This record gives sequence, C-alpha cells and structure tokens, in this order.
Amino acid sequence: MELFANQVLAGIATGAIYACMALAVVMIYQAIDHLNFAQGEMAMFSTFVSWQLMQWGVPYWGAFVLTVAFSFAAGIVIERLLFKPLAKAPILTNVAGFIALYAIINSVAGLIWDFTIKQYPTPFGSSPFLGSQLISTHQAGMIGITLLMLVLLFFFFRFTRVGLAMRAAASLPESARLVGINTSWMIALGWGMAAAIGSIAGMMIAPVVFLEPNMMLGVLIYGFAAAVLGGLSSPFGAVMGGFLVGIFENLVGTYIPGVGNELKLPIALALIIVVLVVKPAGLFGRAIVKRV
Amino acid sequence: MSAAEEVEVVTEGQAVEAVPKRAMTLGYGTSLIVLAVLILIPLFVKNFIIFQMTMLLIYALAVMALNILTGGSGQFSLGQSAFYAVGAYTSAILMEHAGMNYALTLPVAGIVCFGFGFLFGQPALRLSGVYLALATFALATAMPQLLKLGYFEHWTGGVQGLVVTKPDAPFGLPMGQDMWLYYFTLAVSIGIYLASVNLLRSRSGRAFMAIRDNEIAASAMGVDVALYKTLAFGVSAGITGVAGGLGAIAVQFVAPDGYTIQLAISLFLGMVVGGVGWLPGSIVGSAFIIFVPNIAEGISKGLSGAVFGVLLFLVIFLVPHGARQVAIVAQQLAAKLKKN
Repeated sequence: MELFANQVLAGIATGAIYACMALAVVMIYQAIDHLNFAQGEMAMFSTFVSWQLMQWGVPYWGAFVLTVAFSFAAGIVIERLLFKPLAKAPILTNVAGFIALYAIINSVAGLIWDFTIKQYPTPFGSSPFLGSQLISTHQAGMIGITLLMLVLLFFFFRFTRVGLAMRAAASLPESARLVGINTSWMIALGWGMAAAIGSIAGMMIAPVVFLEPNMMLGVLIYGFAAAVLGGLSSPFGAVMGGFLVGIFENLVGTYIPGVGNELKLPIALALIIVVLVVKPAGLFGRAIVKRV
Repeated sequence: MSAAEEVEVVTEGQAVEAVPKRAMTLGYGTSLIVLAVLILIPLFVKNFIIFQMTMLLIYALAVMALNILTGGSGQFSLGQSAFYAVGAYTSAILMEHAGMNYALTLPVAGIVCFGFGFLFGQPALRLSGVYLALATFALATAMPQLLKLGYFEHWTGGVQGLVVTKPDAPFGLPMGQDMWLYYFTLAVSIGIYLASVNLLRSRSGRAFMAIRDNEIAASAMGVDVALYKTLAFGVSAGITGVAGGLGAIAVQFVAPDGYTIQLAISLFLGMVVGGVGWLPGSIVGSAFIIFVPNIAEGISKGLSGAVFGVLLFLVIFLVPHGARQVAIVAQQLAAKLKKN
C-alpha cells in the first residue's frame, strides 16, 4: 500500500509537467480548433530566451516576466503573419504549416544555442518537499504554478469582458461577429495566450528534463494525451488529465512487468487511442454536437 | 438565408478539398512521356543517382498511398511511417530468416500491412480531422519503440536492425544491381499506379470520394461508410507496406530509427506539395522530400531545417494546391501558345 501511495505521489509530480503543457494545448485548441504541433517548440524557444536573459545577468523572476511577455507578443506575431492567411484553408494545409513552423523554430534554436544539454535553474530549490523523497520543492512549486495558472484562466474567462468575447468567438464566430466582437483578433489573442502559457510550462519543465532543442517532443505527446484525456474543451480537464496521465504512467511502470522506459511512448499512444475511441470528448469536456 | 448559411458551414467543415476524379490522373500522352523519361534516365547517369531515383519511386509510392487515403476518402494520417516500417520489416525478416525471394516478399508485406491498416482503421473510424491526425501521429511515434522491444529481438534484431542482401539482375541481364533494382521498382510502381487509378475509378473509388465529400449523404445513398473507410486505410497501408519492402531491399538495411515520425511527416508533406488528391503529384512530392532537404543543406548547413520550413511555407502560400496547380497553369499556358 505504501508503494502504491508513493507511486501515485511520484506520478503527480511528473504529471505536473504534462498538465502545464496540456493547458497550453487546450488554450490554442479553444482559439483555433486545431492542435498546434509546433506548440512544444515554441515553448522550448521561449525557455531558451529566458535562459539567455539569465546568462546576461537578469534575475530569475525578471527573466520569467520578460519571457512571458515576449512569448505572448511572438504568438500574436506568428498568428498575424503566418496563420491568419490560412484561416480559410483546409485543415491539411494548416497542419503542414504547423510542421513547417516546427522545423523552423527547432533549427533556429539549434543554430543559436546549439544542441548541447544545458542546466536550467529553478526558483524553488530542489530539496525534498516536506521531508518526502519522492517529490522535490521544485515539483511542488510546479504543481502550485500550474494550479495558479488554472485559477487565473478561470477568472479570466469567467469574469472579464475579453474572456467572455474569446469564449463567444470560439463557440459561435458568426454570432460573435454580429454583436461586434473582432473574432480575428480573438484568435490572435488565443495564440498569444497559448504561447505565454507554453513558455511558463517550458520554464517549469526545463529544470527536470534539461534544456535542449529537442526537449519538448516527448512532453508534447504526453501533453496531447493529457489534453485528450481531460477533454480538449476544458482547461480544468487538461490539468486533471495531466496528473492522471502521470499517475497512470507510474503505476503501469510499477505493476505491469516488462514495461520499462522503452514502452513509455507506446503507453501514451494506447491511452490516446483508447480515450478517443471510448470517450472522444474526454473526461471533463463537452461533447460537440454538430448540425448538418 | 438559413439554407445558405448551412451550406457555408458544410463547406467550411470540410477537411480535404474535393477533387473530381478526372482531375486525379494524367492524360495518356503526358503519362507516356513521363514513363519514357523514367525509363531512359538511368541509362545516362551514375549509380548513386540511380539509387536516389529508386528511392524517389519508393517514396512516391508511399506518398500516393497516403493520397488515396486523404485525397480519396478524406481521412488523415500522420502515421504512414508505421505501415512503411511494418512492410520493411516483413520483407527483411522473410528474406533473411526464411530465405524467401525478394520479389515474393513484397505481396506478403502488402497483405500484412493491409491487415494492420484495416485493423487500425477500426478505432480510427470514430475519429475525424485533427483527432485522427493525433491518433496516427501517436502511432508513428510509438512504432520505433515497439520495434526495439526485447520480445521480438530474435526476429527484428532489436536496436541493431537487420542487414538485407541486395538482389542481382536475373536471367544474366547485363546490368548492375542498382539499375536492376531501379527497373524492378519502376515496374512495381507502374503496376500499383495503374491499379490505384482503376481503384479510384471503380465503385469503391466512387464510394471513397462520396464519403470524402459528404459522409452523411454517402451513407444515405447506401454506401457502407464504416467498411469503405477502413478499406481505404487498409489499401493505403498495403501500398505503403510494399513501398516499405522495396525500401528495405534498396537500402539493404532495416533499423527502428529509420522509421521515425520524421518519415511520416515527410510523406505527409510530400502529399501536400504534390497536391492532395492528384496521384501523379506524388512523384513531385517525393522529389520535394528527397531533394529539398539536400538543397536546404546546401544553402545553409546549420539552418537546413529552417530553410526547409520556409520553403514549405512558400509552397503553402504561393501554390496551395501543390503541383496540381502548377500543372493546370502549365496546361492553360500551353493551350494559349497553341492558339497563337
């Protein structure tokens, strides 16, 4: 029983990583109805920017705020320049665009900062949290930040005019336009917010997985799995999904023999497919009913 | 008013643009010219270029398989590398462990992959658009890991992979191994191309396209949507499997890391560049994914990924319908010149 409890705790710690990323995935899905395959690379690039700022002597939280602001602006610029013209194009073209973006960001980051693995600092320290060996203060801090982001997002969408406008633009674009909402800019805003959340996720994840241009690929797939499990339409679901995926991964690794590190990705695959087949809306998502 | 609105909603929701089936192939004259060029080129170039052209044909087959799935039945796949890998491993294992003739392993690879694709098509039935892209994406990412598994190591060679012997030209034909393999691949490709064109013109092909254009209307007309969607997956996977088998023979080597998500993405890009739903575009798309990374590397070594991405964006923005659009413009130009 103690083993079980410990594994669940460790699972929550790793799950926080996926929860962070899933939040960004859900954010962009809400705004544009697509999964951005370049999301992980955007987060990775932001993390490198913050690392560079720290190398130049900016203190951690200063670099943190600057990076989030930079990512927000960069997300909007990317949408305006590259994806606004593709708004009416088939999904296929958009997916190709995401892949192109992925290739560009990955390669540019590799050129600027090269592919060697770098240490990334944590503001929370890495000593055991409350005397537990399984969860460090950094991981506890990461869980805290994720939950804080979730609460902020909830208040933003629930109680601000812009949040309401974004929800309206996402659910019924035509009607939203009729009541005077600039839906096109709402999409840009969604990109900016997704990029900003992604950058926070990146900065939280980097101390765990170390900083390098390919650090996000595995995390992104788990982020997708988490978002799908929790429901792509629900930020709360995405965070819960992240923790559940983390716990699931740890328990499977402990109790089913023969499942080591090498089977981690196939587990994410199996999870995605099972959830999509059994409950496509996810645990906390709304089922989308389409009128034809 | 409301009727017009609904029509708009339906067209916007479409994942893949509808291509009429006549626009999916080339005319006889053009086909013969392309064929003649493909037959003659190897006689004048070096072995390495012949090898590259073999790979060009193999990837073109794989891109075409995806094209049948996406352009034909309107379903996505970012997981073609998984089917390619299964085909390659089937061929390699049959040749190395069972001592089977290389040519005979191809139909087996095709059938195995057809079964695999058909089975994978079952859960995929419930998914569409971005969800299907995600599920297949996950399949492609997981595949190298599955191939490395200890359980199958005796057969697959684990991380090391398997080495495959290159076949000699039969009947004492006076040509090198590379050239023979090229013509062998060309013959297989032509066969599959003709079969695919026929498939799309047949009752099944019309069912695919009906599903692509409007699933509900298709089922109202009596098309068994579930059957034809999984069938499209199976056919696509089968052809990809044959391509994978040919690839294993040409490269003489299979290893898990040769079939990563990178390959799946390349094939997907090849389809977009070649023009979705235009079968001959597959060879253009295949050329794009084989040669453009080299060109990108030539322009800037460190930035090859970025150059590739920028080129891809240029294609998306300037010729959103890929090579098909170029072909149509060229055709119109030719017609104009004839008039003058």
